[in-house]
Amino acid sequence: MIELAKVSKSFGAHQVLRAVDLSVGHSEVVCLIGPSGSGKSTLLRCVNFLEPYDSGDLHIDGRLIGYEDGPNGGRRLMAPRALREMRREIGMVFQHFNLWPHMTALSNVAEPLRRVRKLQAREAADRAMAMLTRVGLAAKADAYPSRLSGGQQQRVAIARALAMQPRLMLFDEPTSALDPELVGEVLEVMKSLAAEGMTMLVVTHEMGFAAHVAGRIAFIDEGRIIDDGPPRRVFHESPEPRVRQFLQTYHDRNSF
Amino acid sequence: MSLDLVWHYAPSLLSGFAVTILCWAAGSALGLVLGFAIALLRRLHIPPLNGLIRAFIELFRGTPFLVQLFLIYAGGPSIGLKLSATAAGILGLGLYASAYFAEIFRAGFAAVPVGQIEAAASVGMTPSDTMIRVMLPGALIAAVPAIVNMLIILTKETVVLSIITVPELMYQVQTMAAETLTAFDAIFAMAIFYWILVEAVSRLGSRVETRVTAFLAHEARA
Repeated sequence: MIELAKVSKSFGAHQVLRAVDLSVGHSEVVCLIGPSGSGKSTLLRCVNFLEPYDSGDLHIDGRLIGYEDGPNGGRRLMAPRALREMRREIGMVFQHFNLWPHMTALSNVAEPLRRVRKLQAREAADRAMAMLTRVGLAAKADAYPSRLSGGQQQRVAIARALAMQPRLMLFDEPTSALDPELVGEVLEVMKSLAAEGMTMLVVTHEMGFAAHVAGRIAFIDEGRIIDDGPPRRVFHESPEPRVRQFLQTYHDRNSF
Repeated sequence: MSLDLVWHYAPSLLSGFAVTILCWAAGSALGLVLGFAIALLRRLHIPPLNGLIRAFIELFRGTPFLVQLFLIYAGGPSIGLKLSATAAGILGLGLYASAYFAEIFRAGFAAVPVGQIEAAASVGMTPSDTMIRVMLPGALIAAVPAIVNMLIILTKETVVLSIITVPELMYQVQTMAAETLTAFDAIFAMAIFYWILVEAVSRLGSRVETRVTAFLAHEARA
């Protein structure tokens, strides 16, 4: 479903992604873990082309995202309309929720349905309400984001992405900005999504979630995927010293 | 001071006050519309146009309002722009204000968090929908305090219009002072009128501010 082949990306002289290969199959849940600054968020943002990659190929359902064939064999940036069409099928959840503060929870979810899916106001509101119900926030439909807790805001953001009926979902550290006791409610929603067969690519520091929900873990360090396999193997039998060191540090920090 | 004197001149003072309010309101409206248009045009990033806009803003922020007003009223006819004193005053005030409002709106657009725009892009919203539904509300909300501030400054800039004989409050007060040789009474009356206007604008302003920012009250928490 998502196929990355030799995807590279630099910010100026700093190379963030170095020829990354990764594939995520239909209904698969893949967690990207690794130290900060390793390039995992950049990698995720390349998948819906919020961050343009420089070289390599990134296919979604067999279609290259971000670029199209140009004249004389080269490639050029994809037409904005074509990129928008592809993005409609890719849901994204951000670390800082990125809700629109001047709209209620319901409007945040209904807005893309109206503007992008061109639904009538009534239909959009009904579908938005169904999505809010699904994330357990029907009672907060009329609340503005500023009146919601971080966990509630993130669930609204998930509902907003889901309402578009995407074929896959990207999560960029969805619980990193939350108070520890609010993390659970967001992870619960994500777990139920995974159980329903949603294809998910998740950047996270929640090792427990990764261990229990992910089908595969990809460990990224200095712009390279240095280990990629089932959670049990990556977490307990990784041949890579860098992975073992990272997990040891994590383990030490979280034991008391 | 004598109340009789002020009472005697009340009709001309009141008509001056009315002209002041008219010039302020019309000039501010012109300035807001022009300033907003300039800020929008600037976002298109067309190099020659942006150069022109920058020059316009430099010109109107970099020279005294008095000088601009003279140039429009006295210099206007030489380029075929023959205006009454009041029309020239409103145009001058509007152009002067537009340079400041353009910068206020630019800062407003810059204040919209990039994450909100990325969220719109991630669901496949068009740039125009993103502008109208996401950026504009955010930019306007961010700009309200600066807009109110500028509107208050403009109430007091209207006194300059008296120089080109616009029959506004300052002009009437000067006439009264000259005819009665009592500067204090006239200026005291004037101060009260301006205070009323500024007070009204700032009260209205803080009301608007409270309303539009009500739902952002706890945003810092996010």
